[in-house]
Amino acid sequence: MSKKRIVCLNRRAPHGTNYPQEGFEVALIGAAFDQDVAIAFVDDGVFQLKSEQNPRNLGLKNFTRSFGALADYEICEVYVEIESLTERGLVEDDLMTLIWEDEDDGDIEKPLLRFVGQDEMSQIISEADVVLNF
Amino acid sequence: MINSQLSTHHMKFAVLVNEGPYTHQASDSAYHFAKAVLRQGHEVLRVFFYHDGVNNSTRLTTPPQDDRNITQRWTDLASDHNIDLAVCVAAAQRRGIVDSAEARRNEKDTDNIAEGFRIAGLGQLIDMAVKADRLVTFGD
Repeated sequence: MSKKRIVCLNRRAPHGTNYPQEGFEVALIGAAFDQDVAIAFVDDGVFQLKSEQNPRNLGLKNFTRSFGALADYEICEVYVEIESLTERGLVEDDLMTLIWEDEDDGDIEKPLLRFVGQDEMSQIISEADVVLNF
Repeated sequence: MINSQLSTHHMKFAVLVNEGPYTHQASDSAYHFAKAVLRQGHEVLRVFFYHDGVNNSTRLTTPPQDDRNITQRWTDLASDHNIDLAVCVAAAQRRGIVDSAEARRNEKDTDNIAEGFRIAGLGQLIDMAVKADRLVTFGD
């Protein structure tokens, strides 16, 4: 199978619908199939990254804990749109801390979340071969 | 510009259906899109049903007689044009869509997947996205 640039675009809050959980599965499978996968969080999708979520009182599994495994799947490009955060009263410190080890840079631990403005986000989306929208 | 490119070059389309029948327009639009693609001499590589889209594949679908039968339409399209209709296994199991093998494995008393559809892994979504010239998503 040839390799394509796949951007998984997450636009929805984490627990109100099943799209985020099933969308996350697609990102992992894409990486498992050796594709060039990036994940982007925009609009209400930024709520998925909120730290210390506890949906168990709603009878839901907290799938967002699995974001910690992204680097294990070699998904090292995770983009968060700054404007979406700001519009929702969120700052970087409200989000979970995720790290990856850069093999090309002496295994240095780096933050997984990359905060980008709207212009850069639209460029990331337009440069993708495939955009999957969840 | 795009229109003229589409009409002169053979293209491979992958179709992703993310919503169930009737409540949403998604499955109708995907069906009409697939028909148009075929009519213009292009190829539909696969239709993949994900999220509530898996609900398009139950053979127990029984709409009133004066309404379209969305499931039957997909079944007919698959047999008329030999199109692969793939239903995500994990999304299907959550929502109670099973073929005979899955029914046996999960000790259910029946299967309910319609003719022309098949249960498939999520890898088939990635596979069609990689092989197609365009992936077109129908959903919210």
